[in-house]
Amino acid sequence: MNRLAIFGLVVVVLLVVVALFAPLIATHDVGATDLTHRFLPPSAEHLFGTDATGRDIFSRVVFGARISLRVGLVVVVVSSIVGIIIGALAGYYGGWIDRLISGYLFNVFLAFPGLLLAIAMVAFLGAGLNKLIFALCVIGWVGYARVMRGQVLKVREYDFVQAARALGANDLRILFRHILPNAIQPLIVQASLGMAGAVLSEATLSFLGLGVPPPAPSWGVMLEEGRDLSTLSAAPHALIIPGIAIALTVLAFNFIGDGLREYLDPRQRAR
Amino acid sequence: MSDKFFPVICRPSPVTALMRKLFDVARRGALLLLVVWTVVSLVTLLIELVPGDPAVATLGEQATAEQIEQFRERHGLNRPAFFVTYARDEQGERHLRWHGADNRYVDYWRGILHGDMGTSFRTDRPVLELITQRYPATIELAIAALIVAVAIAVPLGVVAGTHRGTWLDNLLSVVALIGISLPGFVLGPMLIYIFAVRLGWLAPSGRFEPSDIMLPAVTLGAALSALLTRMVRSSVIEELNEDYVRTARAKGLSERTVVYKHVLKNGLIPVVTILGLQLGVLLAGAIVTEKIFNWPGLGLLLIDDGIGKRDYRLVQGCVLVISITYILANTLTDTLYRRLDPRIRVS
Repeated sequence: MNRLAIFGLVVVVLLVVVALFAPLIATHDVGATDLTHRFLPPSAEHLFGTDATGRDIFSRVVFGARISLRVGLVVVVVSSIVGIIIGALAGYYGGWIDRLISGYLFNVFLAFPGLLLAIAMVAFLGAGLNKLIFALCVIGWVGYARVMRGQVLKVREYDFVQAARALGANDLRILFRHILPNAIQPLIVQASLGMAGAVLSEATLSFLGLGVPPPAPSWGVMLEEGRDLSTLSAAPHALIIPGIAIALTVLAFNFIGDGLREYLDPRQRAR
Repeated sequence: MSDKFFPVICRPSPVTALMRKLFDVARRGALLLLVVWTVVSLVTLLIELVPGDPAVATLGEQATAEQIEQFRERHGLNRPAFFVTYARDEQGERHLRWHGADNRYVDYWRGILHGDMGTSFRTDRPVLELITQRYPATIELAIAALIVAVAIAVPLGVVAGTHRGTWLDNLLSVVALIGISLPGFVLGPMLIYIFAVRLGWLAPSGRFEPSDIMLPAVTLGAALSALLTRMVRSSVIEELNEDYVRTARAKGLSERTVVYKHVLKNGLIPVVTILGLQLGVLLAGAIVTEKIFNWPGLGLLLIDDGIGKRDYRLVQGCVLVISITYILANTLTDTLYRRLDPRIRVS
């Protein structure tokens, strides 16, 4: 593992701890407004200062980690399960199933900007955490399906799979006991990168007002509130701090993904 | 290998080659149409899922029954949505009814084939007109961002590639990584803070002066330039190991000429593909950038006028036009890529 991946891992562990123990770490009520203490600079009382309505930015960023990680985790788990099943079907059975899945579905989903589809879906379904998660899963599964299909195509010709088949193992057993464990590595890489993508998409949609609705301390919502010109000139930290949180989180998952890929692919490691 | 070693017999006849090419073009065209069809159908079906009546949403709760009826008539909302409907009748029972081609979904397609994308719910103006008004601004922004990205990435990538492994290379790698991870909606407002609020050099938003494009273009181009820098770097490193570089050096060319005339020319081929694939990403990213800077392009039309005012006909049109542009940009790059690299053309 390279140093950057270790750095990513440290950031992610820290983030998980912060999200799990958010009520203990946060110093103030996330929703409590105090108009007499607006735009305060960072201090001992308010570690990251306060925003336009006097809310404590530190506490909001801490609780924001919960939203980001929750969205990321659910999106990655659901879309990877869906993607693995669809990719396995395409790779294992081939024929018209494969032509339909990889020839049509993959091409359509890849020929189309995922963000636009998510925006369109959320626009029609309405804003909200669950709808946002649903939209991100709809655009997210394709990546896993492609990886899974590729791995299945490669692994299914191996001798041990042929041996399992000769011993009378059924398709399900072959797929999940023999092929999946061999395909798991690139899928983990994909999941790590997918986590970065989901966190970023959640922030983007919330920023556009299409994700988590405003009073919630989503990092995207905080950025949207912080970019208001009067807030920007009075308290730039209201924008910079959630911005750093997003960038750091995305960077960390990308580092882990890249590091894993390098580690699992010896040809890249030698370079 | 030249033709001398391959007698004419071994090569496909011109007719076969032409057939193959035509088949390839047809296949691409079919896929393109398939994607467009899927996208439009998906969006059209999504609109039907919207809770509530668009007529009430547009006209407000105070609208009279007559006004609502007129609105529904004008926008075809009184017609069945799809080939089959499962609506309640007067007794409140649900019935499956077949409407044939007499439905809104077919109407929309018929309109598109006649160059008509319907009428905006809010403004009562043709959607096509609204879109063509805003389209140039988006393309302008995307091209400006592309120029920014290339102008930053090529010199930095070459420097990193030729100084491989040094502190300079490492520094540039870290900068590129930060650039990739910094989303537009973080970078954009930060640029506004520095250049508009603090320094007062540029306007924080809008599209009035020629200089107004600078901040949005940098915001949109930054992530791409970071990605491109990495591409150019690895491309330069790979090309520097080629035999022709040794030949060029041996015949006494300066290192500068070797790098900029020989290495860069070959090294840019894979970069062009990434660039084209990213052109689509740029168009999608432009939605966010336009929102940040109030840049009057398609993205702002979609978010503010379409989604913000619940003008679904406009949303439908914007999604259609953005995705077609995206697909065309990708197809174009693919073709360009094949022309640039003869190895791909042959295989």
